[in-house]
Amino acid sequence: MTSASAPSPAGTRESLRRRRPRYGEAVIKGVLLVAALVSVATTVGIVASLLPPTLRFFERVGVWEFVTGTTWSALFNPPSYGVLPLVGATLLITLIAIVVAVPLGLAAAIYLSEYAHPRTRKVFKPVLEVLAGIPTVVYGFFALAALTPLLQDHWPFGEGPEVFNALSAGLVMGVMIIPTVASMSEDAMTAVPSSLRQGAYALGSTRRLVAIRVVVPAALSGIVAAIVLAISRAVGETMIVAIASGNKPSLTWDPLQGMQTMTGYIAQAGEGDLPTSSFDYTTIFAVGLLLFLLTFVMNAFSIRLVRKYREVYE
Amino acid sequence: MQITPYDPNREPPGLADPVFQVSDLSVFYGDYEAVRDVTMSIGHRQITAMIGPSGCGKSTVLRCFNRMNDLIPGARVNGKIAYHGEDLYGDHVDPIEVRHRIGMVFQKPNPFPKSIYDNIAYGPRVNGVRRGLDDIVEEALHQAALWDEVKDKLKDSALALSGGQQQRLCIARTIAVKPEVILMDEPCSALDPIATAKIEDLMHNLAQQYTIVIVTHNMQQAARVSDRTAFLTADVDKAGVRHGRLVEYDLTSQIFTTPQDERTEAYITGRFG
Repeated sequence: MTSASAPSPAGTRESLRRRRPRYGEAVIKGVLLVAALVSVATTVGIVASLLPPTLRFFERVGVWEFVTGTTWSALFNPPSYGVLPLVGATLLITLIAIVVAVPLGLAAAIYLSEYAHPRTRKVFKPVLEVLAGIPTVVYGFFALAALTPLLQDHWPFGEGPEVFNALSAGLVMGVMIIPTVASMSEDAMTAVPSSLRQGAYALGSTRRLVAIRVVVPAALSGIVAAIVLAISRAVGETMIVAIASGNKPSLTWDPLQGMQTMTGYIAQAGEGDLPTSSFDYTTIFAVGLLLFLLTFVMNAFSIRLVRKYREVYE
Repeated sequence: MQITPYDPNREPPGLADPVFQVSDLSVFYGDYEAVRDVTMSIGHRQITAMIGPSGCGKSTVLRCFNRMNDLIPGARVNGKIAYHGEDLYGDHVDPIEVRHRIGMVFQKPNPFPKSIYDNIAYGPRVNGVRRGLDDIVEEALHQAALWDEVKDKLKDSALALSGGQQQRLCIARTIAVKPEVILMDEPCSALDPIATAKIEDLMHNLAQQYTIVIVTHNMQQAARVSDRTAFLTADVDKAGVRHGRLVEYDLTSQIFTTPQDERTEAYITGRFG
């Protein structure tokens, strides 16, 4: 009997030892770690770069004055640094967009996931996702050149919208984020196990009840994530508002008037000829940081909301 | 002793008032004929078991009884299933209404990701019941022998229950709709032996009020719980395509002691399948 065919206990131990070091594993682990760190580092870097100019801004302007002031005329004399008009415009236009996008997007998602023939879905979903690829400048121009005149011509009561107005911008922005809501919600609904649907059908549910009582609640966390992402896009959207809602900061809830959002102001001031060393330049960063904080708080809040209400099916 | 040759179309004795009468049922998925020419009757408040090897079409037949196959694109049936004499696949028949009367319990417990209470109340609610839900829930849980285990945690998630409890919950959920028939598609295949024994006990009790049709791959289970047993198998035709067929249908005691068809005998004695 040779030692190769009947290894001794010591020989067994020898044969189970790793034959060569696996450098590849270490490399891959390193690459993946770097990839993960890049996204975190970018976020931290953005905040870090926003902070110093913002602090310079707040040396001259009080925080309270900034967040409660009702007039924003940072680039004119006499300057006024009340950010509420910009925040108000952002919220109003986002609200209009959400009112358009959530019902339509959810309805489209429910149709695609629960009603549509698989073949229909195969055609529809890519088309829907193409909508998300349209450049926002095109949407903005569409709002200004097509939707606003249409609204002005057919406005049923009183005076119609101004040339620059929040309504057109909000409506078109809503259309822009429908694909986000619809596509992500549909993914979440399709991921609901079909055994739940079968169980519901076996209890005598109609398609509508299966969709509303079983599938939507089970997919809720994904649906909320879709809506939050859509809101984030709406809050951060710049081109549409810059083109269609004008650049006149005004604190009003009247969507027929022109107004300037936070992003609209940043775009306007950023493309202008402000010297980087000037105080006016720091206003961009103050507004930018506020925008960042708003979306950050909103995301954090919705994550908690979802944790509380979602129905986990696994 | 005279032995009468086995006639597959012979009506098993004692089925004067059948709940279902299946005649020449074939089920297609697209062009594929999954089950061919099944003829059998299901007795009122009896437990009927369908056994057979994998792929013999027993679940497919079961899913015809409450039209669950409607949900599969391309599925269609030939032949006839009469429910109390009424054609189940007639033009006027609403499958939603069918499923109110004929409930189903699935292979893998599939409670909704809701509370125990909401799981039971789901069926009555979708049928428009608003009042007396508490009583319906309690009664259904009693009947499913689950009440004592969950009465203090009705608001807890159903998914926190064990597999066997979840399956009894699914039975309770089905009962809450007050069906006449309960279809069970291998209800114990995902459960341990103790949970299985509980479900089998439960079935004996339920049979006093409900007609039960159960598909099982477990022959001992069919022998233990059922009044009648249908044995199905898959034939391979000349083109090499498999079709499910009903081989023999009789009182369970007959099937397991004196099967008439040699294929049945081979299966129950473990020589094939």
